[in-house]
Amino acid sequence: MSYRLHVNGQVHTVDVPGDMPLLWVLRDSLGLVGTKFGCGQALCGACTVHVDGVAQRSCQLPVSGVGEGKITTIEHVGTTPIGARLQAAWLEIDVMQCGYCQAGQVMNAASLLATTPKPTRDDIRSAMAGNICRCACYNRIEEAIRMAAGLDPADDAQDEEKAHAV
Amino acid sequence: MRSDRRMFLKASLLAGGGLALEAFVGAPARAAVAARPAALTAFVSIAPDGQVTIVGKNPEIGQGVKTSLPMIVADELDCDWAQVRIVQADADLARYGVQVSGGSMSTPTNWLPMRQTGAAARAMLLQAAAARWSVPATELATSKGRITHAASGRSCGYGEVASAAARLTPPAPDSLRLKQPAEFTIIGRPIAGIDGPRVLRGEPLFGIDTRLPGMLYAVYEVAPAHGGRLVKADIEAAKAAPGVRHVLPITGDGNADSGLADGIAIVATHWWLANQARAKLAAQWDLSAAKGHSTERYRARAQELLAAGDGQELRREGDPDAALAAAAKRVSARYGYPFLAHGTLEPQNCTAHFKDGRIEIWAPSQTPARGRELVQKMLKLPALDDVIVHVTRAGGGFGRRLLNDYMLQAAAISHALPGTPVQLIWSREDDIRRDYYRPAGWHGFEAGLDAAGRLTAFTDHFVTFGDGARVTRAGTLTLTMPPADLIPHLRFTQSQMPTVLTTGWLRAPGSNALCFASQSFLDEVAHAAGKDLPTLMRELVAEPRVIAPFGGRGVPFDTVRAKGVIDKVLQSSAWAERAHGSRGRSGEAARAKGFAFYFCHHGYFAEVVDASVAGSEVTVHKVWVAGDVGSQIINPFGAENQVRGAIIDGLAQALMGQSIEVVDGVVQQSNFHDFRLARMPITPDIEIAWVKSDHPPTGLGEPALPPVIPALTNAIFAATGQRIRSLPVRLA
Repeated sequence: MSYRLHVNGQVHTVDVPGDMPLLWVLRDSLGLVGTKFGCGQALCGACTVHVDGVAQRSCQLPVSGVGEGKITTIEHVGTTPIGARLQAAWLEIDVMQCGYCQAGQVMNAASLLATTPKPTRDDIRSAMAGNICRCACYNRIEEAIRMAAGLDPADDAQDEEKAHAV
Repeated sequence: MRSDRRMFLKASLLAGGGLALEAFVGAPARAAVAARPAALTAFVSIAPDGQVTIVGKNPEIGQGVKTSLPMIVADELDCDWAQVRIVQADADLARYGVQVSGGSMSTPTNWLPMRQTGAAARAMLLQAAAARWSVPATELATSKGRITHAASGRSCGYGEVASAAARLTPPAPDSLRLKQPAEFTIIGRPIAGIDGPRVLRGEPLFGIDTRLPGMLYAVYEVAPAHGGRLVKADIEAAKAAPGVRHVLPITGDGNADSGLADGIAIVATHWWLANQARAKLAAQWDLSAAKGHSTERYRARAQELLAAGDGQELRREGDPDAALAAAAKRVSARYGYPFLAHGTLEPQNCTAHFKDGRIEIWAPSQTPARGRELVQKMLKLPALDDVIVHVTRAGGGFGRRLLNDYMLQAAAISHALPGTPVQLIWSREDDIRRDYYRPAGWHGFEAGLDAAGRLTAFTDHFVTFGDGARVTRAGTLTLTMPPADLIPHLRFTQSQMPTVLTTGWLRAPGSNALCFASQSFLDEVAHAAGKDLPTLMRELVAEPRVIAPFGGRGVPFDTVRAKGVIDKVLQSSAWAERAHGSRGRSGEAARAKGFAFYFCHHGYFAEVVDASVAGSEVTVHKVWVAGDVGSQIINPFGAENQVRGAIIDGLAQALMGQSIEVVDGVVQQSNFHDFRLARMPITPDIEIAWVKSDHPPTGLGEPALPPVIPALTNAIFAATGQRIRSLPVRLA
């Protein structure tokens, strides 16, 4: 089957079976390898992309279901203000270790900030719970999201600590 | 760490001008090196425009060596970090020496050679400038890639004298003056990972991102049980599936442990299509070799072995039997822990291209040079140079990629399809079911306390896996495990049982399990003696001394460094003021702190966990870490990341239910829903304190992990009175 896809502001035509997940169309047909394969079951979030600005697990999204949706991947998210702020915060505090999950983390965080510009600690933790970082850079991912949102990176952690002081 | 490590330097002119300095670490074969074009693989090169290029020697697996080792070179070179470009080295033992990312050894083995390399390049640039200006080199100073002569006011960039420096003979490494720590300008500064911007732009960096013209994608179907052999499969049906180009049954080499397993390769235009075609194979396997190999059976057998007696003696000091008989108080307990998978987030993968009798490979491997040798041997290629291994960034290692089974598979597939590049990718299910698991193990401990409450005797009957002659990989007992060497009477014994599971090294191998068992048991011993574990540990390391490693091999243990980190963490965590287990009343969470100490991979770590328990739910609020890895933290950004990652990794092993279960050789877990990894909501606050000591810096990939697990289980005991003697944590 032939599909017309809107990816990162360009239109691509691909000839693949309709049930092929978008992840593999991006990686193996279009050569956009920034979107990562981690689990194939929507369990880890490494394959997160935006469809019309909303985070989606591309490993579980059949290409036939994309339709006219505008797809944004990590290769292009830096052209959005939120994406650029997240990338800058990520680099400023050196979030990553191996970096394999980070495309998915940034895409998911960008989706969060688009709907919740000033997230609380709980907002961040519940929104990011579906994205595994095997190296466990979670402290800094959380901090970078707060920085990108213009929040004091340390505030919430201190509040939490005070609340639990024994 | 090995100061006997030989190194020599060789200079040559870069194509287009500039200095190319090769550094050979670890006594390579000079003849093999001399025959090759030097400038292509120079360790450090300085172009006429001042651009500095440094080779990233060891594989980058997220531990930060691609940034930290070049930082060491750049600092002694005294250049500006902004001028530095880093290129990843191909696997080449003769040219680069050992290129293993494992055992937290990259830092200790490269600290001195990297400094000498940078210092040698700087000395040659100075010598060239001195000759140009006809002044003594001793009157010259450097800063940020520029040379200045204060007396005459002259200055030049490194690039301007680089070509002249290339004609000089490099100085002897031992003759170089190295910087004093106060002179460091790059070492010790938090510097962001060199590949960060490219990762965040989604550029191709990882093995799985390799793209070659005409490349096809492959899966490698293996038996569902370890040791299984292929009986038959419907090759034609798989070949007829959409997008499939080739289906290749491949006979393994019979080495079920680290060789090529029997399998069927499906090669297609897209990886997903290759993976979908697996269902058409209807493969039949002979699984008889694995029958009866079940974790349930292993656990029962371990208890039988512990009950049956002491097993084979591995180490004895003093007279433990007499000491136990004479003890005022005896404590005994059994501990156990499960098989674990690694779960690197980038699945195992390898790209191979066999053409005209040579094979080119792109692999995320922790031991690429070893893989290169194995591929040469498997394909019976005449020379090692017929195998080219490009080292890609690896999406996590954790010890999994110390073994190169996926590289052999990709090479075998590519060899069968000459001229066609093939990328093999394992599914997550392949990865969880065909790992080199951290082996399960069991311990029967006994300890004796004298009338004064001092620990005098300690015995451990360790049950592990092996064929009787040889213990399975990563299943050995560390014979210096504390309290060994710290008390007069000791016995370590061992029993083995066979397994069909392949086992291997998981981050802090051995220690990740032994620390849990021994430090939890010593917490029990401390309680029996009416004190806490840090008090017991401080007594054991009270005498300042350096203990030579048992049997003469390994690393000495310095009691002063041990005491240093213990005291530091007690201070930072305000241990003395802690509440003694606010036992939960009717539904209220119980909260307490727990402590543990360990020494492994050259690093001394003491950690305190603050946790609360409500029903069967454990919440970790905060972890305090005190670590001594020598005189210098090379890159605080990377160092703290390693510690945080290790802490959360350890907590996940304990709290996320991680356990690989096997029935008749078939692994029951398959993906991240039933082999669960840490996620953001379990992440505690982590406070790290470095204890600097006058020793060369050592590595951080591993040693922070082991203590956090017993610190957690000891906190659970303090909070609830429930002693956790088996991992993962399961509360009643």
